Amino acid sequence: MHIVVCTKQTPDSAAKLAVDDAGHVSWGDSPIVINPWDEYAVEEALLLKDRIDGDVQVVVISMGPEEALEALKHAIAMGCDRAIRIWDEAFAGSDTLATSYVLARAIEKIGDVGMVLFGKSAIDSQTGQVAVAVARRLGFSPLTNVIKIAEIDGASMTAERLLEEGRQVVQAPLPAVVGTTKGINEPRYPSFMGIRKATRAEYPLWTAGDIGAAADKVGAAGSGVRWERIFAPPAREGSAEIVAADTVEESARILVDKLLAEKVI
Amino acid sequence: MGKNILVWIEQFRGQPASPSWEGLGLARRLSETLGGQVYACLFGDGVQELAQEAIAYGADQVLLADDATLADFRLEPYAALLAHLAREHEAEVILIGATFRGRDLGPAVAVDLDTGCVADCTALELADGQLVATRPIYAGKLLSTCRVPERRPAVFTTRPRAFPKPEPDAARSGQVVAVAPLLGEDQVASRVTGFLETEGGVNLADAAIIVSGGRGVGGPEGFAPVRDLAQALNAALGASRAAVDAGWIPYEHQVGQTGKTVSPDLYVACGISGAIQHQAGMRTSKVIVAVNKDAEAPIFQLAHYGIVGDLFKVVPAVTAALKEKLG
Repeated sequence: MHIVVCTKQTPDSAAKLAVDDAGHVSWGDSPIVINPWDEYAVEEALLLKDRIDGDVQVVVISMGPEEALEALKHAIAMGCDRAIRIWDEAFAGSDTLATSYVLARAIEKIGDVGMVLFGKSAIDSQTGQVAVAVARRLGFSPLTNVIKIAEIDGASMTAERLLEEGRQVVQAPLPAVVGTTKGINEPRYPSFMGIRKATRAEYPLWTAGDIGAAADKVGAAGSGVRWERIFAPPAREGSAEIVAADTVEESARILVDKLLAEKVI
Repeated sequence: MGKNILVWIEQFRGQPASPSWEGLGLARRLSETLGGQVYACLFGDGVQELAQEAIAYGADQVLLADDATLADFRLEPYAALLAHLAREHEAEVILIGATFRGRDLGPAVAVDLDTGCVADCTALELADGQLVATRPIYAGKLLSTCRVPERRPAVFTTRPRAFPKPEPDAARSGQVVAVAPLLGEDQVASRVTGFLETEGGVNLADAAIIVSGGRGVGGPEGFAPVRDLAQALNAALGASRAAVDAGWIPYEHQVGQTGKTVSPDLYVACGISGAIQHQAGMRTSKVIVAVNKDAEAPIFQLAHYGIVGDLFKVVPAVTAALKEKLG
């Protein structure tokens, strides 16, 4: 069985972002890293490999230009068995509808896939839509916001999913798409050996032709959503009004009065 | 002929989710220009009572699917039915609250209908006859605008509390139409086998007031005064990543880039320095109060009001002052 992990490269979460008038986003000298949420997906795939009997291989894939190699290398260094980059000039400008099509085709080509794991969302575009869309396209069980995989065998799984009111316990057959969330595990750091392995590993590239992607299903032509403008939000003016009376009790009373005046309590 | 809007009405055990009413309010405003019908899509088991409520909040028609297969939210039967209703009623727009369930439903329906879904919108406006959505990216450090230029229907998930909740009007009239589920139980592979309630019931996304604790609380017991203040304000309890990673409080409470994004009327940050990742999750709060012993903490740049001091003295004093004022 193959367990596939889908990853993406993003700027570091601590990066200071800048955006120019044309809407191009830059992040100074901050590094490009594996999307932080995806580390939970990689870790869970490696844990599942040990929990499932039989021959299980963890394949990490990423749809993206050459920078996507950073995400793949990190995943290999953590312990994934092999990596595939999926890219074609024709894929540029894909929204989540088109991206899910490309990933679904690649997953079909990998074959014998029991599970597909995703991070919660990418920290840049932040849609969190691709996992569900891939599940829908492939007809796999859709399990998102998974915080615990309680049971797993070669045929089915039981997972705890986060919802607003608590945790839903769901039993579903494989193959399944699992969207992971923080709290499901503690992602490991790549070992020295892992980093060496990642340096030497091969990173084959699959193009539109390799996965049999139709031209009208990818890129802008295959997308439903068009991104128009990216801009910085209006800055908040000034800093806090500091309440500092003679005693803590008096400060507290003044604060409460202010909140009452603001009509928020 | 006008352009129809479908709004998904989310409920859990018969309790409606506020973002659905916010969506109906938005749909009503949009329909003034689009001119079509506003359909509320209400799925569940024994939820017919909510149909009148949906009309009061703005629906012209309620498409009510009341069936045991729809008792728990499961993506397969819900998405199949919503996509089917969108086709049947030639929807121009589908609005879905960007809750955990809604953020699954939106993209799934979009795949079924081969159309675009714009995630987590904080504003939605009509420009030259089309809807233009604003949505935060990079954890709110930047904003973007998106539209679905050609395909129909256009699907939008709307962030909870980003759109005003309308006043219900019990005098509004509307039609309730029963619809049958599309999938039978034998066509749905997944089973909901249990539900684990969250300790203290954390619904941060919906909360009007959130009181959060951070590294400054010092340990699990340190949350006691923060909890007391939350209780006095009838607020939800939040936490920073530092407090969650230290194991002082479960992940469900975490606010920030790797936790929940919230925008309450009032956010009280106790012992939270205000790292950029935390700010990402709460910066759109209407009024922010910070209590921190470090006057230089970045949270004071974002907060509207601040008290510099020991939270173990300040927070109980605020709780006492509240009880005194509010009785």
